[in-house]
Amino acid sequence: MHTKRKRNLSVTLALLPTWFAAVVVYIGTMFWSIRMSFTDSTLFPSSNYVGFAQYVKLFHSAKWLASLQNVLIFGVLYVSGCLVLGFLLAAALDRKIRFESAFRSIFLYPYAMSFVVTGLVWQWMLNPTLGIQASVRSLGWETFVLDWVVNRNMAIYALVLAGVWQGAGLVMVIALAGMRGIEAEQWKAARIDGIPVWRIYVSIILPQLGPALAAAGMLLAMGVIKTYDIVVAMTNGGPGNSTEVPAKFIMDNLFGRQNLGLATAGATMLVLGVVLAVAPFRYAMYLRSNRAKGAA
Amino acid sequence: MKNTMKLFLAAAALTAAFGTAHAEDKPTIEIMSSWTSGGEAAALNVIKTEFEKRGGVWKDSSIAGFGAADAAFQNRIVAGDAPGAKQGVIGLAAADFVNQGLMNPIADLAAAGKWADALPKSIYDLISYNGEVYLAPTGAHGESWVFYSKEAFEKAGIADEPKSWDEFFAGLDKLKAAGIVPVAWGGQPWQQSKVFNMILLSQVGIDGFVKIYVDKDKGEASVEGVKKTLEILGKLRAYVDDGAAGRNWNDATAMVITGKAGVQFMGDWAKGEFTVAGKEAGKDYGCMIAPESSGMVYIADSIWFPKTGNAETDKAQKLLAEVVMDPAVQLEFSVKKGSVPMRSDVDKSKLDVCAKKGLELMTAGSIVPDQAIVLTPQQVGLLDDFVDEYWSSGSQDAASGAESFFAIFE
Repeated sequence: MHTKRKRNLSVTLALLPTWFAAVVVYIGTMFWSIRMSFTDSTLFPSSNYVGFAQYVKLFHSAKWLASLQNVLIFGVLYVSGCLVLGFLLAAALDRKIRFESAFRSIFLYPYAMSFVVTGLVWQWMLNPTLGIQASVRSLGWETFVLDWVVNRNMAIYALVLAGVWQGAGLVMVIALAGMRGIEAEQWKAARIDGIPVWRIYVSIILPQLGPALAAAGMLLAMGVIKTYDIVVAMTNGGPGNSTEVPAKFIMDNLFGRQNLGLATAGATMLVLGVVLAVAPFRYAMYLRSNRAKGAA
Repeated sequence: MKNTMKLFLAAAALTAAFGTAHAEDKPTIEIMSSWTSGGEAAALNVIKTEFEKRGGVWKDSSIAGFGAADAAFQNRIVAGDAPGAKQGVIGLAAADFVNQGLMNPIADLAAAGKWADALPKSIYDLISYNGEVYLAPTGAHGESWVFYSKEAFEKAGIADEPKSWDEFFAGLDKLKAAGIVPVAWGGQPWQQSKVFNMILLSQVGIDGFVKIYVDKDKGEASVEGVKKTLEILGKLRAYVDDGAAGRNWNDATAMVITGKAGVQFMGDWAKGEFTVAGKEAGKDYGCMIAPESSGMVYIADSIWFPKTGNAETDKAQKLLAEVVMDPAVQLEFSVKKGSVPMRSDVDKSKLDVCAKKGLELMTAGSIVPDQAIVLTPQQVGLLDDFVDEYWSSGSQDAASGAESFFAIFE
């Protein structure tokens, strides 16, 4: 008993700096930001409280509303795109093909790149005067059009395309690891029953990969909220508001526009959004773990 | 709040002091600028060369894009690690920094150098805050310029510079027919706002422009002027190429330099790119003020001097301010950058034809300030949003656009 408490003490001491950092750096700055969002701060913090004025301004801003819509479209397509493509790639590699490790490296390689590099590469490729469109036209197909990054209606999908290209490899690796953990017996049994391969993947393998894919999905979803660098590199929010995202809106107002109050109001809404999205999920987990305990 | 800020700054100053403990005997300055394109860098180099000649040590921390440079600068200020000098525009942009006491005044230097006599009064007022001089002006830029490729104009059969917008659009049609991209468009919000402003000036005149941006007047004449501006702006959409969205200004200038495009709307810093490419004003390329304009929009650059709490840096700042205001440096800088010297007592014969045209307008007082000088950064951002949204939405509804324009000032 005595030694246990002693060990607890040393553990607590060791954790203190981390606790300090968590409380002061994360929670502290969060509350500071929330406080700022109720002031009329511009370049420097002010203590002149203006109530919800910044929030009213925020939700009257066409740019902010567009950014919310964009991050929603981007988030749904990016996460689901990565999961589907990643799973398909994993399934393909799982077929014991030749040069598996070479393919695995190739597919995972994009993930090692920064979003800035990914963004720039795709921006060049999708730019009508430099990239794929110009090359195809110079080959003789004069009416070929691929102008996603400069097209208002398609720009957000260009971001999705680049994002999926980069993120699918991660899902593939996680899914492949999960597949390799599945016993060979199941395959043998399914074969004997004469079940087609695609059916085995959909009905037998996929359900068992649930936790692995959920983890991958969570990782990607966290990236969505922070989406910033790929947008800056690829479209800088344009054309118009068509690829504006909340993180960029906040950064622009924080620095270029010297509008601390509005920027922190946006940041607060973002935090609130994450809390609202995560809370039901956590609650479901909590209920499930309670139920599991009850069953035991 | 003020106390926390003080504490913060004190702590930061302390770290800064330790950071630069290895004192150097030469006056050292770290300068942050966004002057990275060919012409800009060459101009900055003029100041650097003279500064080093006078015994200074120059540390360049240039960052491409003024938005990015501003963000980095603010970060450094807040972190208490202010650079010795920062390039920025005169007017409201620096006001917040000065009012927070983060800048070093250079009033004694300005008095000794008789800056009040050497500079036009409007400029002298814009570098002074609360009656003290804080900024060292480098040069003024005209922003109502249309640069055109003589080669492209010849090919398309355009003999004279168009005098009206109708003639201008007729010229663009000819360029298009000749297989040349009529307008080299830089599809970034700040560039589009500049085009908007130069058209606006051509429609409402100098008084009308000042009324809108300085007095925030929403009268009928102002609304009508914005409406006509949006109509002209909207018409231009048909004359740009597919790759315009997000294009950098110097890439657009390159299109005119190579004769791929006919005209570019830009401030006269574009001349710096022509010069670097070995092109001569009036011979290889022409410059005209936007059609129907009674004057010119201008912006002026300067060097800011943040407080660093380091006496050595203070000395270096004084030296730099002196160098910047040196008549020979002012002239050489302007020749390289394509700007107009701030001092009115420099030798004008070395300037090119475009700069001479600009200088004429300036001395005649036919100039209006750029939005960055008279609007807060928040309002500048909203103007960018407004113009960008109108331009890229393809909207033809100039009337309702003109109504929503005035929301910028609320």
